[in-house]
Amino acid sequence: MNISKRQPAEYDVCIVGSGAGGGMAAHRLAQGGASVVLLEAGGWWDNSSNSAMLRWPFQSDQRGASTTARPFGEFDACIGGWDLPGEPFTRAEGTNFSWWRARMLGGRTNHWGRISLRFGPDDFRRKSLDGLGDDWPIGYDDLAPYYDRVDELVGIFGSQENLPNHPDGRFQPAPRPRCYELLVKQACDKMGIWCIPARLSVITQALGDRAPCHYCGQCNRGCMTNSNFSSPNVLLFPAQQTNRLRIITSAMAREVTVNAQGLATGVSYINTATGTDEHVRARVVMLAASACESSRILLNSKSSQFPQGLGNSSGVVGRYLTDTTGTDVSGFIPKMVDHVPHNCDGVGGGHIYMPWWLDNKQLDFPRGYHIEVWGGLGVPSYGFMGGIERYEPGGGYGAQLKNDYRRYYGSTIGFSGRGEQIPNADCYCELDPDVKDKYGIPVLRFHWKWADHEINQVKHMQETFRALVSEMGGQVFSTMPTRERGYGIATGGSIIHELGTVRMGRDPKASALNEWCQAWDCRNLFVADGGPFVSQADKNPTWTIMALAMRTADRILELRRTGAI
Amino acid sequence: MSERRDFIKFLVAAPLAHFSVTALDLEEAAIRTRETLERLAERGQQYQPKVFTAVEWRTVRVLVDIVIPRDTRSGSATDAMVPEFMDVFMENRENMRTWMRTGLTWLDDECRQRFSKTFIDCTEAQRMAVLDDIAWPRRARPEMQAGVRFFNNFRNFTASGFWSSKMGVDDLQYMGNMPISQWNGCPAPALDKLGVRYN
Repeated sequence: MNISKRQPAEYDVCIVGSGAGGGMAAHRLAQGGASVVLLEAGGWWDNSSNSAMLRWPFQSDQRGASTTARPFGEFDACIGGWDLPGEPFTRAEGTNFSWWRARMLGGRTNHWGRISLRFGPDDFRRKSLDGLGDDWPIGYDDLAPYYDRVDELVGIFGSQENLPNHPDGRFQPAPRPRCYELLVKQACDKMGIWCIPARLSVITQALGDRAPCHYCGQCNRGCMTNSNFSSPNVLLFPAQQTNRLRIITSAMAREVTVNAQGLATGVSYINTATGTDEHVRARVVMLAASACESSRILLNSKSSQFPQGLGNSSGVVGRYLTDTTGTDVSGFIPKMVDHVPHNCDGVGGGHIYMPWWLDNKQLDFPRGYHIEVWGGLGVPSYGFMGGIERYEPGGGYGAQLKNDYRRYYGSTIGFSGRGEQIPNADCYCELDPDVKDKYGIPVLRFHWKWADHEINQVKHMQETFRALVSEMGGQVFSTMPTRERGYGIATGGSIIHELGTVRMGRDPKASALNEWCQAWDCRNLFVADGGPFVSQADKNPTWTIMALAMRTADRILELRRTGAI
Repeated sequence: MSERRDFIKFLVAAPLAHFSVTALDLEEAAIRTRETLERLAERGQQYQPKVFTAVEWRTVRVLVDIVIPRDTRSGSATDAMVPEFMDVFMENRENMRTWMRTGLTWLDDECRQRFSKTFIDCTEAQRMAVLDDIAWPRRARPEMQAGVRFFNNFRNFTASGFWSSKMGVDDLQYMGNMPISQWNGCPAPALDKLGVRYN
């Protein structure tokens, strides 16, 4: 409480969430002169001191295996998961959906693969092109200057390709592909699939005081030299140097408070360390807690003025929830048996990827996907060469088996498809009328159903990946999943790209936010995460979340200058 | 740990183009690793399993070395302290304790049925006769499926412990997990083997 006495009684802006959107908004607003308070539900995290970078699996009893707090392995930076103790969500009958939450400073920017793709011009006007989904109220040209600024501020590598609907950026040089990636490219070239250098927010040249990548391949552990992007080290800590940003961790937002005029007055939250209720006052509130969490806060912000929740007179909050479609296929490549030992760690992620290369008019599904590639000689950890009985001679033990492990190490290449889901009426979240979390806050109930659009797209992924393995002379051990199993489509939510639910639009009756991500019903309330998205695109959303957040922050600064808010 | 932190501090402070200094750090890392191994070895001599029973412990120590024996390139699974790894790893993982215990019980039951002895009391030939029936999933008889499932799991678990150990990492000639100043892609012999090249 001593601390809060020294804080202003009212901040210019209160941001909820410290991930890509919250971090970018905090950075821009603080740099632009606003006093900002940022609430983060989880604890403090600083990659420079907290990362497990370069730790060997044999230095731990767990050998890098997943733990309850870290489903992607004990060395992974991200604390969170699909199941958080005391923070449940529910599913409507027949729904299969999993909701990932990060609980730490920086949110999901501690988790993702740094794949940083711009949406293309077509991605903002899909309805105009094929009649499905909706158009955004803005176009690529509105966002392009912000993409440029994000590229330069955060750093990204890539290559100039001039491909339609896959806009190039202000790239640093891309690292050379690994040898097995060249093999993949060879197969792609034969099959007419575009295969180009990846676009990752990893810096290959110094940027400000950040050192270039040292190629340990462990971006997911959090980079001690800050050579990749994560919100705390690249945005929040620099923003703190303005002395205008205060970060409060262990602050679980409950609701946005409003006054008699229906304007936001601040955010009430629970101090998770003490269990006490707290409130912070602000002239502007910005939700950046992740698409579904921001919806949940809005739906829980009920008052006599806003009986359906704040910003929800349209009834669309929680609606049009989408996730990226996904499926994986891996293949054994005999050519890669008995590898030549070498260091192929590289950056933490693929050095190549395949952007969507086909015309959907010729196909039985309306939207595309991109392909990510994995393989190589990873650091031997828990799970090493699991399932070796699938390889010839089919299991065994002893000297033969020991040698098989050596020979087959690094001989597998995997493909992951990541595609666009079209928003549909069956996929949404709402408040569960009965269930509350351990803080007493009502939880979300999810509804989910894939349409044939997605199922057919995933079938195409499976067929393509199997053909690629075959082209490389390889063998897929798994059989093609049946239509009944959705051709192996990943469970909704498992790709961790939830978007929509607080969508922007031109019509206040059909959208929650206007073209500036500003609530139609409450002019000093903004959303800066994946919530405002009108469509998914087959591109990972982080770069667009950041470009939008930067644009929204600029708008707030402008509106504050003119006295409009 | 503090040494590692110093190393990282040094790394961050070092001029960007001078990553060659990491040779020193790698030496330090090697010393640290040796110390760790010595500590582990010490612990191994008096290791008291927390999950395995005394009988299970004896069985597992035999089984892991059947799966991964010593050869000219590296030691065996017990040399790499795989049973110790398993015991600690299972402590907080109920599902693993379950399949392990069910499997070891199956093995003893099978040996009793065939030879009226538990696995550990069987002769080498008797042990191998049972294992040969479960170690090759594609040719295993249907009534052996419980054993096959166990051995698949056991093989995977042993491999995880062995290959992720310092001994395993060295055996595999894994060359990464270190900072390098410049990424030049893969070396020529690796490219040649796959028939690919840089433009």
